[in-house]
Amino acid sequence: MKRLSPGRLANPQVMALIGVLLINWLLFPNFFNVTWQDGRFFGSIVDVLNRGAPVAILAIGMTGVIATKGVDLSVGAIMAVCGAVAATMVVAGYPTPIAVIAALSVGMLCGLWNGFLVAVLDIQPIVATLVLMVAGRGIAQLITEGSIVTFNDPALIFLGTGSLLGFPMAAVIALALMVLVTLLVRKTAIGLFIQAIGVNRAAASLAGIRSRMLLMLVYTTSGFCAAVAGIVVAADIRGADANNSGLWLELDAILAVVIGGTSLLGGRFSIPLAVIGALIIQAMNTGILVSGFPPEFNLIVKAGMIILILLIQSPYVTLPFRRRRPTITKAASR
Amino acid sequence: MKRSLRPLAATAVIFIIAYALSVVQFPNMLSTRVLGNFLTDNAFLGIAAVGMTFVIISGGIDLSVGSVIGFTGVLIAVLINWLGFHPLAAFVIALGVAGLFGAAMGFIIHYLQVPAFIVTLAGMFLARGGASVITQDSVPIHHDFYDTLGDLMIRLPGGGRLSFIGMLMIVVFLGGALLAHRTKFGSYVYALGGNPVSASLMGVPVAQTTVLIYMLSSMLAALAGIVFSLYTSAGYPLAAVGVELDAISAVVIGGTLLTGGYGFVLGTFVGVMLLGLVQTYIIFDGTLSSWWTKIVIGVLLFLFIVLQRIIFAASAPGGKSSEKA
Repeated sequence: MKRLSPGRLANPQVMALIGVLLINWLLFPNFFNVTWQDGRFFGSIVDVLNRGAPVAILAIGMTGVIATKGVDLSVGAIMAVCGAVAATMVVAGYPTPIAVIAALSVGMLCGLWNGFLVAVLDIQPIVATLVLMVAGRGIAQLITEGSIVTFNDPALIFLGTGSLLGFPMAAVIALALMVLVTLLVRKTAIGLFIQAIGVNRAAASLAGIRSRMLLMLVYTTSGFCAAVAGIVVAADIRGADANNSGLWLELDAILAVVIGGTSLLGGRFSIPLAVIGALIIQAMNTGILVSGFPPEFNLIVKAGMIILILLIQSPYVTLPFRRRRPTITKAASR
Repeated sequence: MKRSLRPLAATAVIFIIAYALSVVQFPNMLSTRVLGNFLTDNAFLGIAAVGMTFVIISGGIDLSVGSVIGFTGVLIAVLINWLGFHPLAAFVIALGVAGLFGAAMGFIIHYLQVPAFIVTLAGMFLARGGASVITQDSVPIHHDFYDTLGDLMIRLPGGGRLSFIGMLMIVVFLGGALLAHRTKFGSYVYALGGNPVSASLMGVPVAQTTVLIYMLSSMLAALAGIVFSLYTSAGYPLAAVGVELDAISAVVIGGTLLTGGYGFVLGTFVGVMLLGLVQTYIIFDGTLSSWWTKIVIGVLLFLFIVLQRIIFAASAPGGKSSEKA
């Protein structure tokens, strides 16, 4: 809720992103080279923006969910469902805008279902979203009838591979979504309410916050973001792959949110930093690819990074540097 | 009947009804042959699910089991094929490595106070990445000992066969049930899942129990990996992707609460069998595509979660207040 200032830009996430980019540059000197071709930019750094966009879009929705002390495991499956909806409708001859709106609506419906389970039936978020995670991919296969539905609708393909002012469309969509959602939570009281629910839902409800409706809104937003990511990914490969679209991306999205400093215990969150988290992950992926290391190292590097973040965020490590609140009971913070 | 056993009974009744309905449609499903294959085909899932049950009763979660299964398979294949170890020695090494791995995760979860979800997510990446670094390909395992174990089976009346790995799963389930319900460690696990603060105040060794729980889960996952390598006679780094989710589903369907503190090891057995039944039914039917498995399992999960909610809302009048929380 503070204004952007040079001091605020120098936070650990931005420094980490710069650090990863610099390491990439050391390993691969051409990393920062950008060329202009066919009316758009090309280069490794543009590739980071482009490839990082789906996870960034997922992370935008996931941040709100995690801020309420929840987690949304179903975003990858929702991506597959929405990609399948958009692709099959375009193939069936519907106009592109209708197909996109239908896919977005399906995504929001999926999110609403998750929100209903969490907020109304009061089911733990991991379990509630697990249902759709398991069933969603099956539903996506049902829609595509088990095959990869390919399409060549120019308008839909533009959403995945086109460019605006030289920048890849996927990155532009991610940026627009980030600005929109950030303004929504920071310029209205919604962000504060979300934090209140994350800290203590019962207390927030007693204080008059309509936690049920807000939770449903948060999960619906996550479903919407997943739908956007699903459409972008389908448009990028010009086809809907029910088996592989968004596979394990939910874990990358959660990782991006955690890197962005949002606590899994709820309460504190930042959407722009989650997007930077997604870019850090993608910068490492791209770095490993361009520097010639075998791609198998990707997962190990990712795991190493999670462990590093955990160590940095751990109370035992940060405790000596904090002045206030020296007592942390071991069991209470589990 | 004890009130606390109701969810277990509900799961068992639903399994029996579902099985009966399947048998009405396909009478062949009642044969011991099908039952024997049930046990064999789901052995690795069942063994991993026993470990998951302990983790979930303690209020945690272990996302790394599928990766540990894959890693164990690759490690064993490499030890036997490339380095000439005897399978038994390879098994011991694999179980030891997995034990250390699980202990490390439990250590981080307790001492760094990080949510189990994130720690085991890192473990998942690490184990899967480790397996891929060792080899990218499927490594076939050729050893006389594997053939011996493969031939080891009990013939059931009616042409069915109870294979070695099916028997192993049953033994693991019985052992797990005894460990959970009849030992001090078991009661520590329940206490930890009920309320970690009270548990530590009442003298439960929280650190030791947490480390042991994740060690147990990883070692059982490694045992599942051994079973998987016996089942397929190969090690493959991408084997058993997503098994952690099947295991969690089986545990939930088996009546264990994901909030911790309450559950049954034998319920998980019924959960695994129910998942197996869905698969077998869809194979028997032949007209249903395999993706229906996922949808049906999703629907089952949902039904059981709601069922648990209803049973708990009905049996615990004081529990109403927690629903508002």
